[in-house]
Amino acid sequence: METPLAYYLFVGAVLFVSGIVCMATKRNGIAVLMGVELVLNGANVNFVAFAHYTPLGLDGQIVSLFVIVLAAAEAAVALAIALNFYNNHQTIDVDRGDKLRG
Amino acid sequence: MSNQPLFWIFALLTCGGAVGVVISQNIVRMAFSLIVSLGSTAGLFFLLEADFVGATQLLVYVGGTLVLLIFGVMLTASGPFQQIRVSPGETFLGAAVGLLLLSVIAFTVIDVEWDTLNAARTEASPGAESGNTARAIGLRLVGIPADHEIGVHEGRGGRTGYLLPFEIVSIHLLVVLVGAAYLARAKRRVADGSTGGEN
Repeated sequence: METPLAYYLFVGAVLFVSGIVCMATKRNGIAVLMGVELVLNGANVNFVAFAHYTPLGLDGQIVSLFVIVLAAAEAAVALAIALNFYNNHQTIDVDRGDKLRG
Repeated sequence: MSNQPLFWIFALLTCGGAVGVVISQNIVRMAFSLIVSLGSTAGLFFLLEADFVGATQLLVYVGGTLVLLIFGVMLTASGPFQQIRVSPGETFLGAAVGLLLLSVIAFTVIDVEWDTLNAARTEASPGAESGNTARAIGLRLVGIPADHEIGVHEGRGGRTGYLLPFEIVSIHLLVVLVGAAYLARAKRRVADGSTGGEN
């Protein structure tokens, strides 16, 4: 008895929703970044699950590899920005980053 | 093939870690929950016979990205009296919206008949159950179909590989890392009296 595809999709959904809520409610900039990582990871679970359960074959796995690499790049840039923000504001609270308001 | 207990273990660890990231207030505990969640996701990838993706997940995500995040936590640690708190109303609103979104996705997943896809898979590529995907992924990157897929996709014309996206992603990663190193270079300006001002 193989695990149904819907279970994997549900795990992906939990990861995605956790990431969205984390991005929306946390005020720590690093925590917002962790939410982004969770969302990308939930998408990855869906890609790999569909690659296994459908005729997609390996294409889903290759797309998930691209997602992993792009997530690493995004984390690097976002952390550099967060460090600059911390150096300028002495805090990482994203609610304080309102200098660009019109 | 009875990997059902393993699936439940990894799925519970993944979901528990993700929920722990959301409900924890301490940033270091959030980082630890994220490690648990992403590592268990690698276990799920292994269960889905995507061994190369699982190994990449462990190496790049858990080994690279999370170390980067933890360094970010260390370098931006606020003092013990600078707790960044969220008001209870916002917490309740976030939980309500999250549960609503989760129920929407869950009902969508339940309503779809996934078995037809599964049947199409088994008759399309009967030998794809092997795992050991590193060689197949490498061949697919340069556009050569793997052995068990020759003749399966003939109707779709010449399938191009993923060489151009791969090169673009490689250059992108290089440029992004150089840019990040430039952005985060040490330029300590001590805030002497005044609050820093414009820069």
